[in-house]
Amino acid sequence: MEFSTAGAPHLPPGNRVDRIMRRVLYALIPGILAHWLVFGWGIVFQLTVAVGFALLFEWLMLRARQRPVRVFLSDYSVVVTAVLFALCMPPLAPWWVAAVGMLFAVVIAKHLYGGLGYNLFNPTMVGVAAVIIAFPVELSLWLAPRSVSPGLPGFLDTARAILTGSTGHLDYDAITRATPLDLLRTGAMDQLRTPEIQQDAVFSRFGAAGWDWIVLAYLAGGLWLLQQGVIRWQAPTGVILTTLLVGSLLWLSGTDVYPSPSLQLFAGSLVLAAFFIVTDPVSGSATPRGRLIFGIGVALITLAIRQWGGFPDGVAFGVLLMNMFVPLIDRYTQPRVYGVRR
Amino acid sequence: MVVAISVLTALVMFLGAGLLWAGKRLRPDETSLTEQINALLPQTQCAQCGFPGCRPYAQAIADGQADINQCPPGGDEGVQALAGLLGVEPKPLDTSHGEHKPPIVALIDEDRCIGCTLCIQACPVDAIIGAPRLMHTVIEAECTGCELCLPPCPVDCIDLVDRPQAYVPPKPASAAIPIRVRAA
Amino acid sequence: MSQAAAGLRLHGFHGGLAMAGQRQVSLEVPLAAADVPERIYVPIGQHQGRPGDLLVAPGERVLGGQALTSSEDDFEVPAHAPCSGKIVGLCERPASHPPGSLRRCIEIIPDGLDEWAPPTPLDDWATRPPGEIIDHLRSMGLVGLGGAMFPTAAKLRGPWAAIHTLILNGAECEPWISCDETLMRTRSEAVIRGGRILAAAVAAERVIIAVEEDMAGIAAGLEKALAARDSGVEIHIAEVPPVYPQGGERQLIETLTGLQVPSDGLPQDIGLLVHNVATAAAAFDAVEIGRPLTERIVTVTGPGIQRPCNLRAAVGTPIAHLVTAAGGYREGVQRLILGGPMSGTALPSDEVVLTKGSHCVLALTERELAPKPEPMPCINCGECVAVCPASLMPQLLFRALAADRHEHARDLSLLECIECGCCAEVCPSHIPLVDFYRHGKARLRVKDLDHRRAALAKRRYEAREERLAQEQAEREARRRARAERLQKAEAARDEIQAAIERARAKKRAGD
Repeated sequence: MEFSTAGAPHLPPGNRVDRIMRRVLYALIPGILAHWLVFGWGIVFQLTVAVGFALLFEWLMLRARQRPVRVFLSDYSVVVTAVLFALCMPPLAPWWVAAVGMLFAVVIAKHLYGGLGYNLFNPTMVGVAAVIIAFPVELSLWLAPRSVSPGLPGFLDTARAILTGSTGHLDYDAITRATPLDLLRTGAMDQLRTPEIQQDAVFSRFGAAGWDWIVLAYLAGGLWLLQQGVIRWQAPTGVILTTLLVGSLLWLSGTDVYPSPSLQLFAGSLVLAAFFIVTDPVSGSATPRGRLIFGIGVALITLAIRQWGGFPDGVAFGVLLMNMFVPLIDRYTQPRVYGVRR
Repeated sequence: MVVAISVLTALVMFLGAGLLWAGKRLRPDETSLTEQINALLPQTQCAQCGFPGCRPYAQAIADGQADINQCPPGGDEGVQALAGLLGVEPKPLDTSHGEHKPPIVALIDEDRCIGCTLCIQACPVDAIIGAPRLMHTVIEAECTGCELCLPPCPVDCIDLVDRPQAYVPPKPASAAIPIRVRAA
Repeated sequence: MSQAAAGLRLHGFHGGLAMAGQRQVSLEVPLAAADVPERIYVPIGQHQGRPGDLLVAPGERVLGGQALTSSEDDFEVPAHAPCSGKIVGLCERPASHPPGSLRRCIEIIPDGLDEWAPPTPLDDWATRPPGEIIDHLRSMGLVGLGGAMFPTAAKLRGPWAAIHTLILNGAECEPWISCDETLMRTRSEAVIRGGRILAAAVAAERVIIAVEEDMAGIAAGLEKALAARDSGVEIHIAEVPPVYPQGGERQLIETLTGLQVPSDGLPQDIGLLVHNVATAAAAFDAVEIGRPLTERIVTVTGPGIQRPCNLRAAVGTPIAHLVTAAGGYREGVQRLILGGPMSGTALPSDEVVLTKGSHCVLALTERELAPKPEPMPCINCGECVAVCPASLMPQLLFRALAADRHEHARDLSLLECIECGCCAEVCPSHIPLVDFYRHGKARLRVKDLDHRRAALAKRRYEAREERLAQEQAEREARRRARAERLQKAEAARDEIQAAIERARAKKRAGD
């Protein structure tokens, strides 16, 4: 009797790219829910617009590059990019912010570099950096969280604000508030001491009002991903431990000038970055030790930009700068091969 | 200003010393260019390039008298390697010097061999053993497939056969990027 | 919980996969002997080395255990007849690897009488010098029964310093395979005594028998057999975690001793020697009973076999015959594998014959071989890095080989890859990683061989040029010497002439 032949191993692998991506999306659900509870309906529309444009641009680029559309669209990777982007946007940002962000993320950062698996920079962070620079005003006006706000806008009001870009129907000044990190920066420029700045209602006892819950939700999702084995411990540990360590050192050297380490973690997107952005496999380091170094570098650059740089939150730039170093990191952190003396 | 001058002078001396040390530590290979080129040639000694052996061809390339794409046994891979060594653009093999063939060896048909030793004298690597009016045989392990023994043989008893090679499993296709060929 | 004998700490190895064993399927029925087929085809070269010269002729009747080929040195291992019968002649049978190749075999028609040549044990082996034990093992046709079929004599004897530890590898780690477990269960005493023989052959100080933790009762059985005769070299039983590829020689050494075999060396270079437990049992048969290696236990299993079981089968039996002995195929069988699902060779047909190293015949159906989706690009997830037992970077190797950068792949230690298949098994993009590595390694080997041939051709060319130049120089020298002699002769004649003239002139002047 004759048989077909093939090379070993003969059992098909169990893992799939879309399984990995979908688990990342599941892990983000608590964060999305918390975001909706704290900031209202904005996140729903941000997600819709971002995912919609992401899929559109992905489809267009796949057609233009003559790649198999169904295979690559169904791997959910661009959905993850879009969801993470939406979570970094202010709730009332108009729709063109997401459109420009997805243009930079999907078309430029991902496909012009070669598509899935070939991009050098993290697509989400390229999109975020692009809109931070292109739309500084829209990106700086966040809503006040529910506990502080006189009243979050309703479903239809939110829809109108985002889809038309006009905010005349809202009592804009009453409902918007700068983020804690933004207040810290402007307050520092005005020579205020940090404890004074932290009197503002958007700060809570150990972090930021409302943001505490969102960050805890991200943490829960991230820990689940760790347990499932979808991400490895090196990158998140590098980010969080460095933030706590360096944040504590800075804080101890001058409580007037520097925010507390818990504020560093709970305000801004460091925890989101630690578990979901720094762990992006394609643009991150390939070696275990390299991932640790990558996480440490992102945290250091972010803290530096927050303290001494021109932007309230430096996560996007931190990630992009470390992406540039990844080939160098990979070269010098190769594991020692069995039996080879190095 | 004195400070500036002294600082710059010190910097220059320090960097110069660094370069000297690097020059000693990271000395490039002292082998002559001809040797380096010869090391990349397949040593078939077939003279298809127009030179009587691989070393003369290497010498000619080093002197700028010959192009890098004249060696059929080396094939395109050989041209690439030479281009890499010399820092020039690779070019396609010049097939006027011959086609690149898979490895071959010569085989003497012992029934027809007359023991004239003309092929023994022609072989550039002495891979044929024999004596006048005694049987001649090609040592397969040392034959380079240069084909120089075929013309001198008066009874045309030498054939070229494929050299037995180890099995190389085929390279699998890479990522799911189909190549569609448009119908003409 | 891993156990180890007193004083034996277990280290681990990097990576590996915990796989569902599937061993129980073939252990449900006891070991049975496969009946002798109508024709037996004994391969003459079942080892890494040259086949020996034939000792038999067509038409000759042979007894079971009679030597069929000779052996001049350690790398020529003799083949023996597995039963009595008539020699038909030489024939070619399909080989398992490479695809499409043939294997030369001696065809025998068994006569059903099962007459055996008188056994030739090595009496008082414990008092003999190691060299004699090794010679005896070689003459009995021993090769490594773990699958590689390396000549046992060549492994025991060589240019290395003393061996202090012999490791018997019973850590069968690949799913479905249970032949070593069956052997240890049914012949634990043979394994122990064979281990002592092998230890004596290399003057080892101790023996470690490695078994997997989930082999129920095997360790206890071995301990009992050990307790029965507790003289001689110390023997430890170690239970190792059932992680694939624990049974790989290099990984087993690292787990048991914490040492790593150097990349350009052998276990013997660090004083260790690893043999399969079946080789030990065969050594017992060869030395104490006096029977050569003519049969082995093979697991015939898989969802494509009706009655999975372990069979004691004669070398040279066609695989089709073994499948029939196990009840035949099931519906939907699609692939026949010699070996395990992770590293076994897919056979083109079941006409391939059993060799000394064939440990498992595995039939998989279309359900297990779900059509693989097309490979996606590598997303650098690092799963492969986490499972590689050689601590390589599989995704970097893949990128280098996909771009045909073979030398770069060599720098990334491609040649250290043991082709275990762990990386391909966890890849979410379904990239056939091991196929790339096999291709790359073969290309590098061909390239290295070509380089050696080119270097040889260069030396011979230069030697010939030198010889021709020398002959030319000699001819020149002879020509010059002759010319000089001629010159000298002319000058001599001139001188003589001048002297004669002078003499004549003198004579004329004197008149």
